Amino acid sequence: MDFAGAYSADFLLFLMHGLVITLKIALISIVLSFTLGSLIGIIRYAKVPVLSPVLAVLVELLRNLPLLLIILFSRFALPDLGLRLGAEGAAIVALTVFEMAMISEVVRGGLNSIPKGQVEAARSSGLNSVQTLRYIVLPQGLRRMVPPLVSQFISLLKDTSLATAIALAELMHNAQIIIGHSYNYAIPVLLLCAVIYFTVNYLLSRLSRRLENKVV
Amino acid sequence: MNTIYASLLGLAGSFILGTIIAVFRITGSKPLNWFGTAYVEFFRNIPLLLVVFLFYLGLPSLGVTLNGFVSGTMGLAVYTSSFIAEAIRAGIMAVPPGQTEAARSSGLSYVQTMIHVILPQAIKLVIPPLSNQFINLVKNSSILSIVAGFDLMYYGDVIATDTFDTINTYLFVAMFYLILTLPLSYGSRVLERKLARHD
Repeated sequence: MDFAGAYSADFLLFLMHGLVITLKIALISIVLSFTLGSLIGIIRYAKVPVLSPVLAVLVELLRNLPLLLIILFSRFALPDLGLRLGAEGAAIVALTVFEMAMISEVVRGGLNSIPKGQVEAARSSGLNSVQTLRYIVLPQGLRRMVPPLVSQFISLLKDTSLATAIALAELMHNAQIIIGHSYNYAIPVLLLCAVIYFTVNYLLSRLSRRLENKVV
Repeated sequence: MNTIYASLLGLAGSFILGTIIAVFRITGSKPLNWFGTAYVEFFRNIPLLLVVFLFYLGLPSLGVTLNGFVSGTMGLAVYTSSFIAEAIRAGIMAVPPGQTEAARSSGLSYVQTMIHVILPQAIKLVIPPLSNQFINLVKNSSILSIVAGFDLMYYGDVIATDTFDTINTYLFVAMFYLILTLPLSYGSRVLERKLARHD
């Protein structure tokens, strides 16, 4: 083991470059998958005809496939269908599609957990179904969704490491390159990566606890 | 099929490890509790790939060299055990403490209380999250392909690069994964409903 060599300025800088890519990919995918996932969740909650069963099948398929497969597919198979994406684009598309399915289930579960009586009460006091969703169901459901949503975001951040397989220059990929220089760097570099991932995710889960108390 | 082997071995390993860690966290002994908490928090917050790399790339520098399949499966087991430990702990904690008190005051020892009173009730609560973890395990075993673990995904990749027919190969691989995971998802849902009805 060679801690001093592994933590030289060049290598640390190289890892930081990787971290920036990791965070960038994670952030973009979180925003996209949250938006699309919420939409799907609400559509399935509202039981929109035709659309809702089609989305149900899509969600079920995506949730039961390995993310790695989806990542490889969007990088290597989509070009054959005429959609050529770089490593970054492919990673974002794959992460978004997969996490969107996961998040839609969280949203649907959160909305469904609000007792039916509340909806009936709201409707019979004259609110229409959009108003009921907006003022009665969503505010309460959101509060319950926060913890599972954040743990999904944490999974997403961890899952960006799978993009190593398509040579995206994220944190784990750069770590592997450093380890390629010498096996003596392996443990120090991997431990540093672990600390980095841990810190980011720990901060996220702290944030979730604070949000939980705030969201009304 | 290495994917199935890795999943089953990973499940067995992570279940044993997870149970030990869960017990550490509820015994009330400070150092054991601290260790259990650190273990769970550490492995839950880092990527599975990193855990696998620690076994695959990290251990050789300590003089232990494992092949891709073994290090991949060990990584899977260690990573998943942190989730399973949490599920088991939550299940045990959900059994009202009055039951422990009643069992203890009717003369059962701590171990007897656990085996005859607490665990049978906890298992009901633990099965749904556990079956979810098993589905994740099957999907996560695809990570073995990155460390040359000769699993389903690995062979899919090899065929895709050999034949250049990427779409069909990946769709075929996807079908195989679905054959493994969809019955598991369905089964866990049925089980969950059944257990809920018994309450």
